[in-house]
Amino acid sequence: MEYFFQQLINGVTLGSIYGLIAIGYTMVYGIIGMINFAHGDVFMVGGFIALICFLALMAMGLTAIPLALFIVLLVAMGLTALYGWTVERFAYRPLRGSFRLAPLISAIGMSIILQNYVQIAQGARVKSLPPLIEGGHTLFESETFSVQLSNVQIVVVLTTLVLMVAFSLVVAKTRLGRDMRACEQDLKMASLLGVDIDRTISLTFVIGAALASVAGIMYLLYYGVVDFFIGFVAGVKAFTAAVLGGIGSLPGAMLGGLLIGLIETMWSAYFSIEYKDVAAFSILIVVLIFLPTGILGRPEVEKV
Amino acid sequence: MRRTKAVSTKAATTALPFAAALKDAALAALVAFGLFFFMIGLYTDQGPTGALVVTTRFESLTILVGVVFVGSFARALLFGREPIRFGSKLPAWIGGRAATIGRFAGPALLGFALLVPVLFYDNRYLLDLGILVLTYVMLGWGLNIVVGLAGLLDLGYVAFYAVGAYSYALLATHFGLSFWICLPLAGILAAFWGVMLGFPVLRLRGDYLAIVTLAFGEIIRLVLLNWQSFTGGPNGISSIPRPSFFGLPFIDGEGGFAETLGLEFSPTHRVVFLFYVILALALLTNWVTLRLRRLPVGRAWEAMREDEIACRSLGINTTNTKLTAFAMGAMFGGVAGAFFATRQGFISPESFAFGESALVLAIVVLGGMGSQLGVAVAALAMLGGFELFREFEQYRMLVFGFAMVAIMIWRPRGLVSTREPSLHLADRKGPAKEPA
Repeated sequence: MEYFFQQLINGVTLGSIYGLIAIGYTMVYGIIGMINFAHGDVFMVGGFIALICFLALMAMGLTAIPLALFIVLLVAMGLTALYGWTVERFAYRPLRGSFRLAPLISAIGMSIILQNYVQIAQGARVKSLPPLIEGGHTLFESETFSVQLSNVQIVVVLTTLVLMVAFSLVVAKTRLGRDMRACEQDLKMASLLGVDIDRTISLTFVIGAALASVAGIMYLLYYGVVDFFIGFVAGVKAFTAAVLGGIGSLPGAMLGGLLIGLIETMWSAYFSIEYKDVAAFSILIVVLIFLPTGILGRPEVEKV
Repeated sequence: MRRTKAVSTKAATTALPFAAALKDAALAALVAFGLFFFMIGLYTDQGPTGALVVTTRFESLTILVGVVFVGSFARALLFGREPIRFGSKLPAWIGGRAATIGRFAGPALLGFALLVPVLFYDNRYLLDLGILVLTYVMLGWGLNIVVGLAGLLDLGYVAFYAVGAYSYALLATHFGLSFWICLPLAGILAAFWGVMLGFPVLRLRGDYLAIVTLAFGEIIRLVLLNWQSFTGGPNGISSIPRPSFFGLPFIDGEGGFAETLGLEFSPTHRVVFLFYVILALALLTNWVTLRLRRLPVGRAWEAMREDEIACRSLGINTTNTKLTAFAMGAMFGGVAGAFFATRQGFISPESFAFGESALVLAIVVLGGMGSQLGVAVAALAMLGGFELFREFEQYRMLVFGFAMVAIMIWRPRGLVSTREPSLHLADRKGPAKEPA
């Protein structure tokens, strides 16, 4: 039982990270109906920027960890958002109105570019960071096993919660959120009614990238390592999360993220750690076959 | 400000004034600075204590930002803010002769390929490169059936390649079956896997299908990697038997190919033989594809690529049509995989990662989806080109990525898209229709 609780905590932490990435997929898919294949790599870029920024701050003599983390958060969100904007501007915007598979192929190209760019710029080796947030709490103990809740896990889950609430408010209450919802319902109609769709789509990418960069920082804090390839697997799993929750739905993305995180953790804990990615990928296939609209999604109507 | 821009869009196809161009370029340089400052300007490396230390690389950063500034300044001066369009038409001097070039390029390439072992008999390196290029030509042609003809984006094509390679390797090492028996078996097994995967997932929309095939490809690779007792895990399978020349093995001595034919033994015999085998297999793929395109099923593939809903309204069973395309593509992938296994003599899951799928897809996309000649030229250009620039090996995938994006933006029908529609209804008047 204790063991199960421990896995539950680990799963929720991992699920928060997936959920943050999944939002980027689900928003972009909701608005322009494309799978932003490069989103996982934007997450990886966010992690790298955070790592480098943190090391640079350390080298400059800033040792107060909370302040450093705050600066890293701002810098990484800002710069990763810039990456998101650039990717959309150069690889996707010229393709609006092109044939069906063009944006996806372009996105695959962009994903390859980002991966190899980071590999060339920062090397292929795994970069590790000493643990920044230490300590934790023992929740309850038995003779054989004690359930630990580390401070990093608290930070990850809390940050995710705060961002989710803030982002839901942006979508529900602000002008930008209204524009985004309008674009999601009908892109052409929204543009006829005076919504600047280019700007809205750009901002969607910017916000998605910023959230992905937070996920990158959380990943860095939680695991302490990044390399240029983490974006691929994390991206596919986050996409699975978005599909599982119902693509286009924000609460769905979060729910899907949590479920994927839990399933992956439980699978590693009780079955086999080697096949945890197989489990996640199989879920993607099974969900798409039997539940293509996801848990909270709306059925898609095929239009001629 | 916004209004003037909207009004002047039509007129502003030409140059921007100097000051505005300067402003645009400065903005672009600022963005580049933001993008590259941490990634290029700073470098993290293992320090003497093992912890990461940051070093600066501001020269590279300055050069890159400078290049972006000059580039966007020139672009703004020459083209303004309009996106640069190269159009889908070939330059005039080729345009008029495209048909002629197209008609002769194929046979010329084929003739050249046939002569390669004769011309470069002493050059082992070139022969190996030729075999590699032809393997990718075959893979490209196989994937072309799925992506180019049927319009199904398959991101896990390498899975079928892996199935073929492991089928041959396992059948040959465990049961001692010969290459020539295993070759069709590998194809059939791969096609079987294609149907197995295809049956449940082919109802999905285009981009969902792409992700599912990607997941499938990764599952196959992970299973090959982790199922140690069956596949050897990360160590792979070694000492896979080499093919024989209709029962004559390529060995020095009694009963070997060289001795039986009264030739002096040379290891090149086998390389030349392998070259012709893969050439024949690739040509078989091409021939089957060309014939299939003239059959009802091939017509249905192309119709489905253009408009799936219309296809269904006309009573075409799209599930079956998709399945045949998937199975066909998978079969050729499997055959190519078996060839790969026998040529290498060693296979491991490393050879079947997603990068390989992306490479084959890039070849198909670059060649112009659906064009047989285009795929061959693209495979030759890509693998040959990167062999020429070997010292820039690490930039290879980066260039692939840029090529894929650029092709989608400027020439979505591919670099050498001289492919004619299989079926003409009437002569279309006016300029060539942009791909929809």
